[in-house]
Amino acid sequence: MTTSGYALPLPRSQPEWDFYWEKAKAHELWIMRCNDCNEAYFYPRAFCPGCHSRDTAWLRACGRGTLYAFSIVHRPPTPAFREAVPYVAAIVELEEGPRFPTNLVGVPFEPEAIKIGMAVEAVFEDVTAAVTLPKFRPAAG
Amino acid sequence: MAVRDLSGTVVIVGAAESDEIGVTANKSAMQHHAEAGLNALADAGLSLSDVDGLFAAGVTTLATAEYMGIRPRYTDGTSVGGSSFVIHVAHAVAALNAGYCDVALVTHGQAGRSARVRDAVGLDLAGPQFESPYGLIGPPINYAMACSRYMHLYGEERAREGMAEIAVATRKWAELNPKAMMRDPMTFEDYHASRWIAWPFHLLDCCLVTDAGGAVVLTRADRARDLPKKPVYVLGAAEHHDHQIISQMPDLTLTPAHDTGPRALEMAGLKHADIDLAMIYDSFTYTVLATLESLGFCGRGEGPDFVKGQRTAPGGDFPMNTSGGGLSYTHSGMYGMFLLVEAVRQLRGECGERQLDKCKTVLVNGTGGMLSSTGTAILAVD
Repeated sequence: MTTSGYALPLPRSQPEWDFYWEKAKAHELWIMRCNDCNEAYFYPRAFCPGCHSRDTAWLRACGRGTLYAFSIVHRPPTPAFREAVPYVAAIVELEEGPRFPTNLVGVPFEPEAIKIGMAVEAVFEDVTAAVTLPKFRPAAG
Repeated sequence: MAVRDLSGTVVIVGAAESDEIGVTANKSAMQHHAEAGLNALADAGLSLSDVDGLFAAGVTTLATAEYMGIRPRYTDGTSVGGSSFVIHVAHAVAALNAGYCDVALVTHGQAGRSARVRDAVGLDLAGPQFESPYGLIGPPINYAMACSRYMHLYGEERAREGMAEIAVATRKWAELNPKAMMRDPMTFEDYHASRWIAWPFHLLDCCLVTDAGGAVVLTRADRARDLPKKPVYVLGAAEHHDHQIISQMPDLTLTPAHDTGPRALEMAGLKHADIDLAMIYDSFTYTVLATLESLGFCGRGEGPDFVKGQRTAPGGDFPMNTSGGGLSYTHSGMYGMFLLVEAVRQLRGECGERQLDKCKTVLVNGTGGMLSSTGTAILAVD
């Protein structure tokens, strides 16, 4: 429930995902790992999508990764995004392995300036009093 | 019984669009459904009272059957995106052979352009939770991200040239289709100059958004002997999906067609070289590149070479999307139905100016969701 005037879609509270968003609010990025096959995965579910084990646990991600795919969005996908374009829709491959849907921020909106494979790091945007969105920017150094 | 044994046992006996397609502000999605259904049945020499199996996507079969006044004894509301209707063909083959129904009606109707109410999304699912807050919403952005990956792997310029070839070639077919929405010639310059929607997609990489309905009618081959039109045999049909949201897609440059293409061809007992016409869901130019490769018409990364030189255009040696496709003919939202309608018309020789000289076999490949699902069907005439 926001009164901040933030107009973009927000995640709705869901029992299995509250932990993830609480940690994001604390500026931490958490994913999950399977204790049987040891693969990390995202999005969180208490069940490994790789080997189907139920023996899973939360894992704090280091926040580093590489850009896997992106689009520079010019036409707003919904009316709510009219003031938000252009923006960079992105998928980041986290150092732990999983792919993470996000925005790439801190870059010019030029395809020449954005390279798949570039090193990126998490940055936490407190978009409302209740919700923080983990986003990514080019890694420092 | 093996799936292979079902090859050729079921035929499409009717195919049609709704009365008018394009921009029809005066019509609901259900009207398009019903008109298309009635038109396809008339084409088949059958009536609604003959229908005992109903297949629909987007809206439920409950709503569709009630609206049309059908009380089916077989119902299939499989809804996995724009590929659904091609998948319904596979399901109809099974149901008709098992005796669950005798006349299967597959209908589609969508007021993609003019609908006054948009469907609400499932807010408890992973997409609205983890992708929508970042504006990873809707097909253009999602498919564009997949395309960026393709460009990274195989070269941006090569990919761009291939996408331009597809856009321009498809428009040439639309120029020959009176029902197509976009019939003005398109040059390569037009393509490259069109505005950005979501880089790497120009406007002319993207399908239309129209109002339209379509339907097909299927029955067992033995029954089709009494019906007026040349029967179109379903030689092969296969379905597959491997994710819902784009960040979960196993490989952004390989669609589920890598599974459905080979299986449908195997069921049909045919090879790629035996196909006279490819009807490939062209939600975006990129969808076609990725699909041709996934189906195995060419190797991975070879799509731009495969479509080079307007090879898929009228007069080319690999005719594709002869209706003008989702890019230039019509795209209501779940376009897969119209792949089937055009395939049937080409096989029957009903396509007028755009009719192929030789069309005995068609491969139809529908893609749905965020490159999530595919249905491949192999259709043929004697």
